Amino acid sequence: MDFFERFMIPHPSPAIYAAMVAIVLTSIAIVVGLTYFKKWGYLWREWITTVDHKKIGIMYLISALLMLFRGGVDALMMRAQTAVPENALLDAQHYNEIFTTHGIVMIIFMAMAFIIALMNFVIPLQIGARDVAFPRLNAVSFWLYFMGAMLFNLSFVIGGSPSSGWTSYFPLAGDELSPSVGTNYYMLALQISGLGTLITGINFIVTILKMRAPGMTLMKMPMFTWSGLITNVIIVFAFPVLTVALAMGTMDRLFATNFFTTTDGGMDMLWANLFWVWGHPEVYILILPAFGIYSEVISTFSRRNLYGYNSMVASMVIISLLSFVVWVHHFFTMGQGAMVNSIFSITTMAIAIPTGIKIFNWLLTMWKGKIQFTVPMLYSLGFIPIFTIGGVTGVMLGMSAADYQYHNTMFLVAHFHLVIIPGVVFAMIAGLTYWWPKMFGFMLNERIGRWAFGFIAGGTCLAFFPMFISGLDGQARRMYTYSESTGFGFWNMLSFIGALGLAVGFILIVYNIYYSTRYASRDIGDDPWNARSLEWATHNPVPEYNFAITPQVNSSQAFWDSKKNGHTLFKGGYKEIHMPNNSGVPFVMSVFFFIFGFAFVFSMWITAVVSLIGIFACMLHRSFEKDHGHHISVAEIERTESELRGARNE
Amino acid sequence: MKELFPIKHVMGFVFSLILTSVALLVYILDMSFALGLTILLITAFAQAALQLVVFMHAGESEDKGAIYTSVYYGIIIAVLTVFGTLLAMIWGYV
Ligand SMILES: [Cu+2]
Repeated sequence: MDFFERFMIPHPSPAIYAAMVAIVLTSIAIVVGLTYFKKWGYLWREWITTVDHKKIGIMYLISALLMLFRGGVDALMMRAQTAVPENALLDAQHYNEIFTTHGIVMIIFMAMAFIIALMNFVIPLQIGARDVAFPRLNAVSFWLYFMGAMLFNLSFVIGGSPSSGWTSYFPLAGDELSPSVGTNYYMLALQISGLGTLITGINFIVTILKMRAPGMTLMKMPMFTWSGLITNVIIVFAFPVLTVALAMGTMDRLFATNFFTTTDGGMDMLWANLFWVWGHPEVYILILPAFGIYSEVISTFSRRNLYGYNSMVASMVIISLLSFVVWVHHFFTMGQGAMVNSIFSITTMAIAIPTGIKIFNWLLTMWKGKIQFTVPMLYSLGFIPIFTIGGVTGVMLGMSAADYQYHNTMFLVAHFHLVIIPGVVFAMIAGLTYWWPKMFGFMLNERIGRWAFGFIAGGTCLAFFPMFISGLDGQARRMYTYSESTGFGFWNMLSFIGALGLAVGFILIVYNIYYSTRYASRDIGDDPWNARSLEWATHNPVPEYNFAITPQVNSSQAFWDSKKNGHTLFKGGYKEIHMPNNSGVPFVMSVFFFIFGFAFVFSMWITAVVSLIGIFACMLHRSFEKDHGHHISVAEIERTESELRGARNE
Repeated sequence: MKELFPIKHVMGFVFSLILTSVALLVYILDMSFALGLTILLITAFAQAALQLVVFMHAGESEDKGAIYTSVYYGIIIAVLTVFGTLLAMIWGYV
């Protein structure tokens, strides 16, 4: 009996039991459904073993949307709990768990997955490549991320969720103050999915540096690809810090080491330090791809070349360097002297300069442009003012002397949500809507999309602007309730209403996907937006090999040149195409990683060792495997191409 | 004969052995902590550079520029992180 007791939730509630039942029922439904419709083989052949960057991108996308709803429900529960004073909907412990999982799920498992989804799908197409540099490794990345996400979500029903905040500061996150296995889940799940992200980083740097179409020099890359390159450089340099910090934290919790303890020579603040050495670059990992998406969208729908290409690139390079030298602004109040705080204040404020350059470049792109108010463009237009407010309040927080006033209040919460939501979530929805026809061969409904935008933009403002006021009035973040006399009630109620608006917006997006899948026209051609970069030069849907003939590039908008300036993209005839083979090993290895993580969480060492052997066996198998990929014959290319062309001409 | 004998690699190998034995001296000989750590730091970085250039052929391909850029970028980030941490956690801590 003892063995099973460890899996119990230490602090259960009816909601958790209901979730357990729901998870079991959904799992049964999925298994029964797959068996009934005989889809197991299809799932295995087409998705689980795939190494195709487009399919991996779509799997990232689906996972990100699932996680968006998990994190969104967390957010709604938080806002509901604080909507009125002295609310008893949640108790303190549950509230702690919910804001912890909300943060992690949204940042690591939603936003990261979303940007990697779009990078996966778009970048190889934008540079005219057939796949990423290491397709098999790409599958490893996805499955590691996926298993990490599943492991983290499992904590909800087995063993209990982490509850020491998404930053998981020690000593609170140490095993004395957080004795439940929740924080173990945090450490292991982030470690596993972080490995996946690191691999993605290496993969995409190599892809972008080595696999561009002939003629595409670095300074002729589309802006989204540039942002992807810079993002992945930051990933490669920032994520190892998190890896090390998580390893040290895990050892502190499980093996009684003293890296972050308050005794025996440990240094608890070192965790916060290392966390933010990774954490601040992480912010730019999320936001730079978003900037790339806005550059593409704004230039496409203003019908103009992107203004200030060189300064866009330069500002991203500067941001990538500066993002590594500002991290102390997350703990100005921890006790460093004025000198240290001033240094990091100045570096922090310096970041506003390249960011400002980008904002002005977008404005100048739209200036004298013929603006089309499509859904992606609406999000881009909404992004600029809301993000600017979020950014400017960030500069306020970045002034260390003033930060003592704002630190750990709802003012901070308002600031970073008003940066991340327009900066990342808007961009992801804009990118999703923009590239949706490339992914699935039909467009999302514009009218429903505009309604969704209205609810999301309005909801964002209504949910987070009141927090500036209640924060300045002294409402601390992460407080599970407050008394009526504080006067926070009104502002929190407004936030709750805003959160409901956001929820309606996201439900509309889901409805839009359903509606458009059923009713949207499939006859949209290859280039429904009249766009400018290479991904639109191939068919809808994109064939396995992306481009039948490798395109020739002469500028940063080669496709536009081919449409308007008589540039020939595709020279010569079809040649045999060499493509990588599918493989089940990435999935199997990631399952071993999942078991390894789970065993580690509960200190089941025999299982951990066995699964570790499994992981190494998979690597060994790869080392001795002879896999030369497969070739697509000219006849088959001709068949596919004429089919895809025929589908369009009908 | 000169082309057949990989003099550069043999020299590199000998030199990396020397660096390793110098680092080992820190353990064998009795010296102050500061001196020991200085020796370790210098030999470690020299060793890493040697491995990178001689045995991992960093400068021999067309990607020379990208490889050295990323190495220098990595060094800059590492130095900033380490010294920034020391500044925030120890030197500038009141
Ligand atoms: Cu920061």
